[in-house]
Amino acid sequence: MTYLLRRLAVFPLVLIGVSIVVFVAIRMVPGDAITAMLGTEAGLLTPAQRESLAAYFGIDQPWFVQYGRWLAGLLHGNLGISSTYGKPVLEIILERFPLTLELALLSMIIALVVGVPAGVFAATHNEKLSDLGVRIAAMIGQSTPNFVLALLIIYTLSAGFGVLPAMGEFSPLWQDPLRNLGQLILPAITLGFAFAASVTRISRSAMLDVLSDDYVRTARSKGVSARGVIWRHALPNALIPVVTLSGIEFGYLLGGAVIVEQIYALPGLGRLVLDAILQRDYALVQGAVLFIAFNFMIVNLLVDLAYVALDPRIRLGEQ
Amino acid sequence: MRMLQAIFAHPSGRIGGFIVGLYLLLAALGVLGLTPHNPLMQYRIDRLHAPDSTYWMGTDLFGRDVASRLMMGIGQSFIVAFFSVAFAALAGTVLGLAAAWFGRRWDGIVMRVMDVLLAFPAILLALLIVAVAGPGTWTSIVAIAIVYTPIFTRVVRGPALSLKAREFVDAARTFGSSSSYIVTRHLLLNLVAPLTVQITLALAWALLTEAGLSFLGLGTQPPAASLGLMLSDSRNLMETAPWLMIFPGLAIMISILGFNLLGDALRDIFDPRMRRAIA
Repeated sequence: MTYLLRRLAVFPLVLIGVSIVVFVAIRMVPGDAITAMLGTEAGLLTPAQRESLAAYFGIDQPWFVQYGRWLAGLLHGNLGISSTYGKPVLEIILERFPLTLELALLSMIIALVVGVPAGVFAATHNEKLSDLGVRIAAMIGQSTPNFVLALLIIYTLSAGFGVLPAMGEFSPLWQDPLRNLGQLILPAITLGFAFAASVTRISRSAMLDVLSDDYVRTARSKGVSARGVIWRHALPNALIPVVTLSGIEFGYLLGGAVIVEQIYALPGLGRLVLDAILQRDYALVQGAVLFIAFNFMIVNLLVDLAYVALDPRIRLGEQ
Repeated sequence: MRMLQAIFAHPSGRIGGFIVGLYLLLAALGVLGLTPHNPLMQYRIDRLHAPDSTYWMGTDLFGRDVASRLMMGIGQSFIVAFFSVAFAALAGTVLGLAAAWFGRRWDGIVMRVMDVLLAFPAILLALLIVAVAGPGTWTSIVAIAIVYTPIFTRVVRGPALSLKAREFVDAARTFGSSSSYIVTRHLLLNLVAPLTVQITLALAWALLTEAGLSFLGLGTQPPAASLGLMLSDSRNLMETAPWLMIFPGLAIMISILGFNLLGDALRDIFDPRMRRAIA
């Protein structure tokens, strides 16, 4: 437990560190937010207009004042105003987050539904041809970058079937669930593919380990059916590393899949950050990156908690 | 030599080693400019030419030879991957060893800074760094190096801490060996195995990240070729000229596969107990 307490104690420290890194980094970007927002028209601003805009976005102050203000705002749930959208940053992030969350969940479901049975199958057919087939497929899956797969999927659909993935205006789940699923299924398959491959590899190896354990042999000798041994006795224990891996991958996906969102024209968090960086929208980059890092840290902490909960033998404090 | 034999005795080592060797050769030829055609030359009369005996992988929208550009791109990707992993491995090893050896406050500071860097999803941190420094080859190298330094620091620190507590280190101290001698001779030498495995796997990630950054237009800049950029440019021509997408896509995939296979084989060779667990 001491390990988890230590993790919790360090959590705010790391978060402050993250905020400083983001804050300093974004201010080192050449060019200023006003020029980025107005483009060539920024040249038409009078010095007074420029100053008043800088004061409105708070970028006329020294950096430590800006950081202090931002941090104070943060504690009140105020992440500032986006210079590109003219709206509160938190509002924009929360508009984009449901898509990213849904996409991450769908990808994880695909990965688990495909990966766990594939891993169990390979483990129970160890060293047979079918095991080799699963292992090769998993290795290839793990080595396929999601943007290569996305393009391959789009190409196959358009060249083979004359259809294009549903793009255009994105419809949220609660407005039109069917259309929403239609828009998200291909991106989810794209992201779930390599994820499934990792799940397959780890479930296979965990299953192989567990199957050679004494208690499995005991269950077998007591006459429990092969299926019962695999699904009731071995699998629950083999799932521990799968939970860890899935949690970490899920945390990554919550950060938004920058490239996949770009290819499928999805307005998720990843694209929001990319666009904000390109637009030099300071407040938005800061807020979004901090939000993503916060989620990532929370998910990692939950994974650790799950790890302890699933396997009471683990004394993380001793490691 | 024994290492090479061990790699070739291992099935995935054989395939991975072959792929990596082939890519190294292509990358070297690409960097030296020994390509079938000039990768920057625009053969305007042969624009979007399908693959044939003159242009093995066809030509692009500007009439440039795809095979030659692919070799140039592989060279480019490998330069970024090798330099970034070299920097990350070096920085991570120094920081990890320092954290383990000096302990206490130094360990605390180094590891908290690494925690901060690890709190960012990798591609996001790379994007942020590229945004600060502007796109380009060197920026990609620095960005990828910074992203992977914490991983190397962790890989080194853990084993270094347990090695530090071993009897032979105490013995070396009693014999009056200097700290630097113990760290390089006793700690570092014993870390070669985990570092080699990590370097091979990191090369696969570095290739992937480089391709991703270039795909977003934030890595290698045109007219130089890079696999990610070629793939990104192929998007609008996918139906008329699928070779523009298929060859760079396969090239990225197979290079990553090669390093993953080699990394797995090395892990098996260095740690036979792990053999079944990661197969």
